[in-house]
Amino acid sequence: MSLLKYESQLREPLVDGNKDYHQVTEDIIRPIEMKPSRLWYIGFTISAMLLAFGVYSVYREVTYGIGQWNLNKTIGWGWDITNFVWWIGIGHAGTLISAILLLFRQGWRTGVNRAAEAMTIFAVICAGQFPIFHMGRVWMAFFTLPYPNSRGPLWPNFNSPLLWDVFAISTYFTVSLLFWYSGLLPDLATVRDRAKTKFRKMFYGVASFGWSGSTKHWQRHESLSLVLAGLSTPLVLSVHTIVSFDFATSVVPGWHTTIFPPYFVAGAIFSGFAMVQTLMIVLRKVLHLKDYITVGHIEAMNKVIVLTGSIVGCAYLTELFIAWYGQNPYEWYAFKENRANLYSPYGWSYWLMMFCNVVSPQLFWSRKLRRNITVTFFMSIIVNIGMWFERFVIIVTSVYRDYLPSSWSTYYSPTIWEIGFYLGTFGLFFVCFFLFAKYFPVIAVAEIKAILKTSGENYKKKMTDIEKADAEKFYIDEVAHAH
Amino acid sequence: MAGGIKKFVVGCFDDEKVLFPAVKNVRKAGYKIHEVYTPFPVHGLDHAMGIRETSLHTAGFIYAITGTTTALTFIGWVFTRDWPLNIGGKPHFALPAWIPITFELTVLFSAVGMVLTFCYLCNLAPFVKKHHFHPRATDDLFVMAIECTDKTNDAEVQSFLQKAGAKEVNVQMAETGWWIGRYHKEQKLYKEEKGY
Repeated sequence: MSLLKYESQLREPLVDGNKDYHQVTEDIIRPIEMKPSRLWYIGFTISAMLLAFGVYSVYREVTYGIGQWNLNKTIGWGWDITNFVWWIGIGHAGTLISAILLLFRQGWRTGVNRAAEAMTIFAVICAGQFPIFHMGRVWMAFFTLPYPNSRGPLWPNFNSPLLWDVFAISTYFTVSLLFWYSGLLPDLATVRDRAKTKFRKMFYGVASFGWSGSTKHWQRHESLSLVLAGLSTPLVLSVHTIVSFDFATSVVPGWHTTIFPPYFVAGAIFSGFAMVQTLMIVLRKVLHLKDYITVGHIEAMNKVIVLTGSIVGCAYLTELFIAWYGQNPYEWYAFKENRANLYSPYGWSYWLMMFCNVVSPQLFWSRKLRRNITVTFFMSIIVNIGMWFERFVIIVTSVYRDYLPSSWSTYYSPTIWEIGFYLGTFGLFFVCFFLFAKYFPVIAVAEIKAILKTSGENYKKKMTDIEKADAEKFYIDEVAHAH
Repeated sequence: MAGGIKKFVVGCFDDEKVLFPAVKNVRKAGYKIHEVYTPFPVHGLDHAMGIRETSLHTAGFIYAITGTTTALTFIGWVFTRDWPLNIGGKPHFALPAWIPITFELTVLFSAVGMVLTFCYLCNLAPFVKKHHFHPRATDDLFVMAIECTDKTNDAEVQSFLQKAGAKEVNVQMAETGWWIGRYHKEQKLYKEEKGY
C-alpha cells in the first residue's frame, strides 16, 4: 500500500519549493532562533508607544469618569462599542480558518491557521477592554459574574443579551486559547529540541509541556483538535449572533431587526479575513515564508472576502428594503434620513461603508486581481475601514435621532481619550503580535509536514511523473488506496 | 512520576513509507513496540501499531452535558426559587432566554474538560520532563522504541531494525515515566547533533 495520499494535480501546491521535513522545520523555526531585525524593533517600539498612550487614555477615563469621552445621554454607545464589535469581528476569521476549514478538510488552512488563531486571541483581548471600561466604574466589573454575594445574593439578569455577551466572549476567548495552545505544543517541542541557548531550552521546555510526539499522544491530539473544531464552529457563530442580540433585542429603530445575526456573522468573517490578509502579506514578506503562504492562499482568502462581502451587501439592501416595506415610520426614518440621505449629519459614513464593503470587494471577481499582492493588501485595509464604519453606522446613526426630537443629539465626535483608547488597543494587539511572531512558530510546522507529501510542489511533480509513466498502475497504487 | 528505568532498542526512520512495513514486521516478529515518536500525526500508524481508538471524544460529550445541566439547573434555580425577578411580567421559567448561556457553558465545559483530560492522559504539564529518545523525533525522524525484556537479544533486534530500513539504531536505558526538576541529571535531553 502506498502512503502518498492522492491529491488532484489540478490543485496548485500548498507548499512551494523543494522541501523535505527538515527544511520545513528550518524555514519556520529559524526566525525564532535569530536576533530580531531592525524592522521588528521599530514596529515593536511604535506599538508599545501606542499601547502606553492607550493606557494613559484609559487611566484618565477611570480616574475622571466616562465624561472624558464625548458620549451623552442620547449617544450612549459611540466609539467604544463600535471598536468592541469591530475587534470581535476581526477575531472571527481565525476561528473560521482553524475550525470550520478543518471540518471542511481544506488543506490550505495549514499555512495560515496558527497566525490567524493568534490574531483571534489578541483581537478578543482588545475587544474585551471596551465593554469593561465602558462600565465606568471598572472596579465593579465582577458584578457581571454570578457568584454568591452579600447582596442577597442578588444574581445578574440571565435574560439579558448583555450578560449573554459576558458568557459568550469569555467562553470564546478560553476555547480559542485552548485550541491555539494545544496546537502549539508539538511545534514548541520542535523548538525545544533544536534549542542551543540556555534560555530557549528552559523557556520552550516549560512551554511545550514535555511533548514527545508519541503515536498515542498524536492520536488523542487529533481527536482533541477535531472535537474542539466541532465545538468552535457553532461557538464562533454564536458569539457574533449574541453580539448582534445586544442591538436586535432592543426597540431602537435601525437595531430592531431579525436579520442581524447572520448579517453580523458574515460581516465578522469579512472583516476578519481582511485583517488576516493584512497580517499575512507582511508576515510572509518579513519572515521569508512565501513558500508556505503562497499566492494560492491569498487567493483562497480573497474568495472568502468577495463571498462574505457580497452577503453583507445583500444584508444592507435587505435591511433597507424591509425598513421601507415594514411601514414603520421610525424605522424608515432611521434608514432614509439618518443613513441613506447623504446630506444628513452622518450620511457620509453610510455611503463610505457601502463603498468599502459592497462595491470595492467586487474587484476580486477577477482572478488577476485576487492574485495581486499589492491590490490585496490595499483592499484589506479598505475593507477594515469599511467594516469599522459599518459598526459606527449601526450604532451612532440609529441612536442619534430616534423617537423624540427633543432628545436628538446631532453631532458626536470623539475626544482625544476616546481615540487614544482605540489606538491603545492597536498598540496592545501589535505588541502581542510582534512577540508572537518572534517567540512562537507562526506557521503550524507539524501540520505543514502532514500535508507536505500530498501538496508540496516537489512531491506533486513526482506524482505527475509516476502518473504519466503508467496511468493504470498509478491509479491502483496511489489513488485507489487514498479513497 | 517515575515509571522505572528500562532498556530500549531505538530505531530511527526517515520515511513513513519505510516505517509502516517496519512496524508491521517488528510486531510480527513478536517484539514489543514501546512507542513510535513522529514529528507530525501519521495517519493510520495507530492502527498499524494496534493502539485502540481514543475515547477522548466521549469524555468531551460527558463534559458537555455536564455544562448543559449546570447552566440550566443553576439559572432555573436562581430565577424560579432563589430570587424570582419580575421582568416585564414574563414567566420566571424563561427557557428560550437561557439558551445562549446554556450553549456557551456546554461548549466551555466540554473544551476545558477535554483539554485537561488530554493533558492528564498524555502527562503534559509545564515543567514536566520526559526521556526523549532522539532530538530529531520532533523534526524529521520517526523514532521507534522497542522495549527489551531479560530474554531479548538486543543485538538481534538492532540488526532486525536495520534490515527493516532504520537509518540509525542504538540501545538506550530510559526512564519510562515523567519527572519534574533535576532528577536524571546525567540524561542529556538536548544532544548536540551535527548540523543542528
